[in-house]
Amino acid sequence: MNKKLYALTAIFNSPDDIIHAAEKVSGEGYENFDVNTPYPIHGMDPAMKLKPSRLGYFTIVIGLFFMSLMAYFMYWVQTIDYGQVIGGKPMFALPSYVPILFEITILTGAVLTVKIMIGFFFKFPNNAHPIHDSEYAKITSSDGFGILIESDDPKFNEEEINSMFKDLGSKKIGKIYFDESEITHKNNPFDFKFIIGLFVIAGITSLSVYLHMNKLLYIAPFNWMEVQDRGDVFEESDFASFADLGMTMRMPVEGTVPRGFIPYQFGKYEKDAAGKALVNPYTADSTNLELGKRKFLTHCSHCHGDNGHGDSRLKGIYPPGPDLRMDLYKGYNDGVLYHIITKGGAIMPAHESQITRKERWAIVNYIRVLQNTESATQETSSEDDDDMWGDDDESGDDEDMWGDEEESGDDEDMWGDE
Amino acid sequence: MSTDFSKDPILVEGNKTFKEIDDAIVAPLDRMPDIRFFIALGVTLTLLAIGAYALYVSLISGTGEWGNNNPVGWAWPIVNFVFWVGIGHAGTLISAILFLFRQRWRNGIARFAEAMTIFAVITAMIFPIIHTGRPWMAVVYLLPYPNQHNLWVNFTSPLLWDVFAVSTYFTVSFVFWYVGLIPDFAVLRDRATTKVKKVIYSIFSLGWRFSNRHWKHYEMVYLILAGLATPLVLSVHTIVSFDFAVSIIPGWHTTIFPPYFVAGAIFSGFAMVQNALIVIRKVFDMKELIPMKTLETMNKIIMLTGLMVGYAYSMEFFIAWYSGSQPESFTFLNRAMGPYWWAYWIMFSCNVFIPQLFWSKKIRSSIIPMFIIAMFVNVGMWFERFVITVTSLSRDYLPSSWAYFKPTMIDFGLLLGSFGLFFTLVLLFVRFLPAISIPEIKAVSEGSQPSHHGGH
Repeated sequence: MNKKLYALTAIFNSPDDIIHAAEKVSGEGYENFDVNTPYPIHGMDPAMKLKPSRLGYFTIVIGLFFMSLMAYFMYWVQTIDYGQVIGGKPMFALPSYVPILFEITILTGAVLTVKIMIGFFFKFPNNAHPIHDSEYAKITSSDGFGILIESDDPKFNEEEINSMFKDLGSKKIGKIYFDESEITHKNNPFDFKFIIGLFVIAGITSLSVYLHMNKLLYIAPFNWMEVQDRGDVFEESDFASFADLGMTMRMPVEGTVPRGFIPYQFGKYEKDAAGKALVNPYTADSTNLELGKRKFLTHCSHCHGDNGHGDSRLKGIYPPGPDLRMDLYKGYNDGVLYHIITKGGAIMPAHESQITRKERWAIVNYIRVLQNTESATQETSSEDDDDMWGDDDESGDDEDMWGDEEESGDDEDMWGDE
Repeated sequence: MSTDFSKDPILVEGNKTFKEIDDAIVAPLDRMPDIRFFIALGVTLTLLAIGAYALYVSLISGTGEWGNNNPVGWAWPIVNFVFWVGIGHAGTLISAILFLFRQRWRNGIARFAEAMTIFAVITAMIFPIIHTGRPWMAVVYLLPYPNQHNLWVNFTSPLLWDVFAVSTYFTVSFVFWYVGLIPDFAVLRDRATTKVKKVIYSIFSLGWRFSNRHWKHYEMVYLILAGLATPLVLSVHTIVSFDFAVSIIPGWHTTIFPPYFVAGAIFSGFAMVQNALIVIRKVFDMKELIPMKTLETMNKIIMLTGLMVGYAYSMEFFIAWYSGSQPESFTFLNRAMGPYWWAYWIMFSCNVFIPQLFWSKKIRSSIIPMFIIAMFVNVGMWFERFVITVTSLSRDYLPSSWAYFKPTMIDFGLLLGSFGLFFTLVLLFVRFLPAISIPEIKAVSEGSQPSHHGGH
């Protein structure tokens, strides 16, 4: 037998005996020895001359480190990245952060301490240790108290140790050998199974990352105003598609009319008929124009511009509305403009439900004013423009982006046809 | 008095050898469980199926299937959440706080109580997630996850504190539990008779070899984890109470809430652990490892925390009057004498009056009475959360928006399902893992520690 010896072992019956044995072995000057007991025995650490565990220092350093990191993260989120005032508190609301800081300290301190113990202090998982599956291990995991002296100890001498174990009154003395296959085993990085394993792990990792980020946690990035991640009323919706009718709301009973509803007789594409039939019932007096201006600024100006020049505030986010001073629109009579506000145009939504009849006519009157004052400039409002939407150079660039006059001319047809 | 207090009480009865302790604890894992186990499992799986159906309906049709109305938007899902989180607290108290206080009688029940903590927190976490309405989007609502919209969670909200508290609580409890299980897996590995068992236990035991050089660090980590879990368990129910206390609803906006909630959590948790232990002890024949002395001590804690809860109930009433705040006084009179008077008095009698029976030594050391009293405590503590959540919301400042809350069958289904899930997990745990920590119970059995080292 040329097996390699790992250690000599001795098993004792009682905790008193094993403490005595450990004191003796450490007193004799052995260094590479160990005691295996089914549960921790009080007083064993001094008997083996072991220093107290230093794991606690890791816990405090890790806990405080991650606490500071979390404090900075919350500060960054709520102050730098996306500052918001919530509940009248300052953006950096330290007292409100305390609960989370506390929890993070505990979480990281506990989890990482255990990881460090298992990974660095114990070098676990390790199922290839020579004592596994030995008779000695089976006894010490249940009801025996064992001590072993490793063969690489500088003072190792089989006969001396055997006689010492006998003197100590051990009931069972034995030997543990290294498992031949375990110590001669060499890892081959080009092993076929190993390579396949790497590929499988890489595949699973990338697939799960892909599924997490692009499917499970996917939120559509902001695109156009009309493309929104929501369920539209009465329309089939992704969120509710598994519900009753796949709708967010049931359709009202047929023939239902909202309170105070006065039907509008023209369909979306009956612009010309509307132009012939409808007459503006309001005169453009100052009250009416005031109303028209207010409603225009509220409902129209974000696409058509404050002065109807088509200089949309949503440039780059949403297609701009056309310049209302164009001849085409000057040529429309009041009825047609009223119809377009009511029913909408190419991508302009219908405003029937948002603006009352009187207000719509007032807007028509106000558009007329804008059209007839094209050469005049409104100092105050252009100054406002500068302040709010950047300097002239920028708006010049934007004009290039969104088309010059000729392109607007093309748009004309689109708008006209609708 | 014939008790000799200079001697340690006997924590493992019947003078068992270590081998016999191993056998007694591992026995339920090795043998095919008898018919009682399958009957119990059948009952819990039926409850679980009812809950699964209720959950299915809730997801398909939405939260409108519940009784929640305006103004009672929180209702049963939050009641159940607080109830189950509270149940979990006893486990950490037993495993961590009693460990720090060197209460050695806890060794026999700590593992089981920790497992109950984990299962209770799993059960609890379901409710706030489904209460968000779109649980499949919950990751985006609940975690600070860098998303395409550059939106972050609100770190100053108690609801987010809750997310951090409960998830930390679950993780740390799980780690604590697993660290405790490593030596048990090693015992199982060394006893394993089949190849499959051997491989499974080898993986989970990580190669533990009972070395004292490892025990040294292991004990230190156990101490650290207990030291971390102790403030953690107090913080978790404190933060749960912040969900209420940080708002301005009368009856919620009080500073007594954190200690009151923590005491209530331990109270209900101990009652649940006691109930479950009595059943397990009977079904799996562990009367000697979990002696009557342990159960009696638990009953004393139930009575103590019951008194604390009773104090909180009375103090709330006093402060409502003493503050001179009209909405506060109204809310408390409304609790006791308003439309939910029955819930209030169920709560009060089950939590304050009935546990007083434990003053009698005879009652607190006989199985049937203590089992029934603990069941009353569980009912009472569920009603406590119901009273707090629903009465305050249903009648707040504005009488025109008052409304009476009525649960639906789906609400009942979810509640039953939560019990089904919890007890299914408990039964499977006892069947497949050692319900008592083998090294810990050995360490407190007689003659297990050296005689000349302080004689513990």
